[in-house]
Amino acid sequence: MSTKGRLYLDGVSVVFDGFRALNNLSLVVEPGEMRAVIGPNGAGKTTMMDVITGKTRPTSGTVRFGDHDLTRMDEADIANLGIGRKFQKPTVFDALTVFENLELALKAPRGPFACLRWILTGEAKARIDQVMEETGLTARAGDLAAILSHGQRQWLEIGMLLMQDPQLLLVDEPVAGMTDQETEHTAALLRRIAGERSVVVVEHDLEFVRALGRKVTVLHEGTMLSEGPIDQVQNDPRVIEVYLGR
Amino acid sequence: MSATIATPTPSRLRLGLRAATIAVILLLALMPVLNRLPADHALHISDFVVSITGKWICYAILALAIDLAWGYAGLLSLGHGAFFALGGYAIGMHLMRLIGPRGVYGHPVLPDFMVFLGYTDLPIFWWGFQSFPYALFMALFVPGVLAGVVGFLAFRSRITGVYFSIITQAMTYALMLAFFRNDMGFGGNNGFTDFKELLGMPLNAGGTRAALFYASLATLVGTYFLCAWITRSKLGRVLIAVRDAESRVRFLGYSVTQAKLFVFVLSAMISGLAGALYVPQVGIINPGEFSPGNSIEAVIWVAVGGRGTLIGAALGAFSVNAMKTWLTTIAPDLWLFALGGLFVAVTLLLPKGLLGLLRGRRS
Amino acid sequence: MTRALFLIVLLLAASLPAHAQDAFLDALAGLAGGFTQQAEAAERLGAGGDPRALPVLRALADGRLLKRPDNTLLIRADAGVTEAATGAAADAAGAEPVRINNRVRVALRGAIGRLALVSPDAAERAAAAEAVYRTRSAENIPLLEAALARESVPRIRDQMALALAASRLVAADATVQRQGIAALAGAGTEGARALLLEARNATPALGPEIDAALVSLDRVIAVKRAAETLYQGLSLGSVLLLAALGLAVTFGVMGVINMAHGEFVMLGAYATVVVQDACRGIPWLEPWSLPLAVPAAFLVAGLAGAMLERGLIRHLYGRPLETLLMTFGVGMILQQAVRLAFGAQNREVISPAWMMGTLELPGGLMVTQNRLWVIVFSLVVLGLTIAAIRFTRFGLEMRAVTQNRRIAATMGIRTGRVDALTFAFGSGIAGMAGVALSQIDNVSPNLGTGYIIDSFMVVVFGGVGSLAGTLVGALSLGVVNKLLEPYAGAVLAKVAVLVGLMLFIQRKPRGLFPQKGRAAG
Repeated sequence: MSTKGRLYLDGVSVVFDGFRALNNLSLVVEPGEMRAVIGPNGAGKTTMMDVITGKTRPTSGTVRFGDHDLTRMDEADIANLGIGRKFQKPTVFDALTVFENLELALKAPRGPFACLRWILTGEAKARIDQVMEETGLTARAGDLAAILSHGQRQWLEIGMLLMQDPQLLLVDEPVAGMTDQETEHTAALLRRIAGERSVVVVEHDLEFVRALGRKVTVLHEGTMLSEGPIDQVQNDPRVIEVYLGR
Repeated sequence: MSATIATPTPSRLRLGLRAATIAVILLLALMPVLNRLPADHALHISDFVVSITGKWICYAILALAIDLAWGYAGLLSLGHGAFFALGGYAIGMHLMRLIGPRGVYGHPVLPDFMVFLGYTDLPIFWWGFQSFPYALFMALFVPGVLAGVVGFLAFRSRITGVYFSIITQAMTYALMLAFFRNDMGFGGNNGFTDFKELLGMPLNAGGTRAALFYASLATLVGTYFLCAWITRSKLGRVLIAVRDAESRVRFLGYSVTQAKLFVFVLSAMISGLAGALYVPQVGIINPGEFSPGNSIEAVIWVAVGGRGTLIGAALGAFSVNAMKTWLTTIAPDLWLFALGGLFVAVTLLLPKGLLGLLRGRRS
Repeated sequence: MTRALFLIVLLLAASLPAHAQDAFLDALAGLAGGFTQQAEAAERLGAGGDPRALPVLRALADGRLLKRPDNTLLIRADAGVTEAATGAAADAAGAEPVRINNRVRVALRGAIGRLALVSPDAAERAAAAEAVYRTRSAENIPLLEAALARESVPRIRDQMALALAASRLVAADATVQRQGIAALAGAGTEGARALLLEARNATPALGPEIDAALVSLDRVIAVKRAAETLYQGLSLGSVLLLAALGLAVTFGVMGVINMAHGEFVMLGAYATVVVQDACRGIPWLEPWSLPLAVPAAFLVAGLAGAMLERGLIRHLYGRPLETLLMTFGVGMILQQAVRLAFGAQNREVISPAWMMGTLELPGGLMVTQNRLWVIVFSLVVLGLTIAAIRFTRFGLEMRAVTQNRRIAATMGIRTGRVDALTFAFGSGIAGMAGVALSQIDNVSPNLGTGYIIDSFMVVVFGGVGSLAGTLVGALSLGVVNKLLEPYAGAVLAKVAVLVGLMLFIQRKPRGLFPQKGRAAG
């Protein structure tokens, strides 16, 4: 079986001064798969994202994307490999316009000199317009990101991920703090994006996870507790104990 | 984080500013001409005014360099005075070599201070400085390399914010201590002075001074266009993004280290050039130029003018120095109070500087 | 029985001085005779060890010894003429100076040296030991042995022992020479080293033993030098510690970058000057002006800190770069204000008598007392700071606010007040640092600027937010600085430390003692 575009975590542990944020975690996400990761606070969801994107180095274990060893690469290299990340708290560049935010994210040479010589071609502009269309931000193209609403910021960030054209998308709590309508819109957006890409969604909101309707992984105390369709996972006695029994 | 960026749509203010800038540059260009008028002519400008304006132009170049690093990439360097001084020392070494046998001791090769200290041969790092192109190259190269090394070490280990500021301050402090030493071979605490000529022209001649003035003015304009080009390119937007949300930029696949290093090295080289233009005009360079106070004073010019605006940085350099010249003549004791007060007032009351004040009133 | 014993003791006591007096008077008469007689008399007087012989011999050597026609000897001094034998005032009429030749002079010099070794005056004995050490003659050995046996002052004993060893080295007898070599091997001074090297050329037969002695001597010297460097390093480190401690609170704990910190140190130093001026002329208070200055400096700097925090810094929380620039401006204003109020020239703070002088530790290690006090003071201040943070209500509130401001506020802690108090506390420590600095540095308006960068380096090196890190950081930076100094010179040592620190941060960006926990990762 080909390893291309496959995310592979094996025996990953992260220790902060004696505290095990991740404990021997193993996880495989196949190309094109959409996976929801749930778990109570402190289960290690965000740490897992940090390990995959190079923000945190694992204390031990293997992290691979295709044939690449992610533990040896920095954030920028991992991003250029085709792994995009959406943060829990939407982070867009407030001092730049919506258009400029998307332009920065567009797949193009990243070096300082290449950026200096960069000229916006018709093709690139068409691509940005298309993403603004998809995320519903066309009308706000010239506005500074600072003045967008919370939901619009989330979509702008998802739009930036689309510009990067990643093979693997990591999405951290995309609907936290959203209205019901915005949540619905976001779920639709994510399903549409998924297509040929792999997507890992970390979420608290079980209804949202149900709406996505895909395989679910439950994390607890830094290790995998259960895995399977949402209904099976919800009836797993260990999961019930973790969520309700404490 | 307060964000001060130039909006891409040209407004009336922008056009007005542009017209005012061009007018100021033309006026500056007229100054050496008016200086040539007879002393009793109504439009005559004194030597003092011309030479001090020449100094301020060099300061404005330094301010542009600081604004490029601080206003756009968020790198608050408290050591830019060191790059300025190194550029000055490079050209100073050239000027010392040109003195030749006209020194007090009349040695054909060695500068006076070396004869005095008992040197018999020219130290290796002084070789080649008899050539002007080489000295000018070193005025850019040495600050660039220093910024490259310090920047690489700092950015690689993700030293940001005030930590970076402190490191750059330590850098200029260490250099000041080193240059104060006689055995460094840079003239110790006296530095270099008593220059005679540059490019075959005597330094004290009016024509030479006018030429240096125009060279500085041209460099200021050129530097402005270079910085404007950079800040309006996609790299400029990457820098702003780095300033406001560094780690997010990394997750987009940009190397923050490379972007910062590029802008820091370029900024250091511009500062070195400013120093190289400054020294022949003031006729002296000594280790005092490295003092941390100088660097931080230059930062406040940018803050006063409005950081992240380029024009504002130059405006700040002129206005703060004009105030300094005025105050130090009428009430020298008050100047440090005024400067200190400026630090407090600008940061607390005027975070966007004078230019921000103008903009705020319009919108 | 008791009575008989008492009588014997009494007799002995009476007879001893009488006997000596006889010998003294006997020999004294010889000084009036011919040159040969004079030389013999001088040697006898020198060997006799009677304290009264010294002024007589000195007078003879200086040409101040007079002789009446009846051979009575008189001493002429500034105070008048006295009789040499009795010390009674006398008339110099008809007396002539006693003439001497070179042979007598040589004998006199030796005799005077021997007598001075047992003089009741300690300074005289020390000078004599020094003189004997320089002449180095085997003849002095018995004399030195006798003097050493009687000597009670440790410093003079050491000097005499050295002189004895040096004298033994030139003895004819190899056994005695070996004793000298062994003694010099442990002396641990450069002088002993030079003597041994000289002896090695003079007596090739003892070569191997002298070489062995040189090896052990070098070891002693190395240990001593290392101890001295360590002391100097600790002394510098304790100054850095004092300057950095306040910063560890305001920058390390609160996260506020205060470039005016050095000026608070300076304010503390000027508070010391003011307190000292106020105490001047009150005799019972004067020696205690320095301890009184400690709380004064704490209050002055602390108050200035509280005002700075409430008035200005508070408005810039979350904007560190602006805070940096703003506080730099405040520092400038403070410097200029002090310069106008007190003048730009250095002010001197006089150390009280109980802090001055040098202390000699066993092994001949000399330590200056005021630096020792600074070390002690810095450790006490560190202890008090830790205690204040760990064990007081204020310390608890301070830690609560810095760890989670929102929750602290919901629990009823007035966070604004805690901020102000914490900042005042850190600034007050800076003021106390100023008191200590006034003892070892010039008090001038720009006193603080020299320490601010070093202090930041210490805090960053030790790990932001860790007081233990500040202690280790300060002491190790101080010691490393002093270790490098002999090789690189003071300035380059400083540069090397700065560069080394930058490289260190490459490996451990969070310093020696990083904050623990997930938030810090």
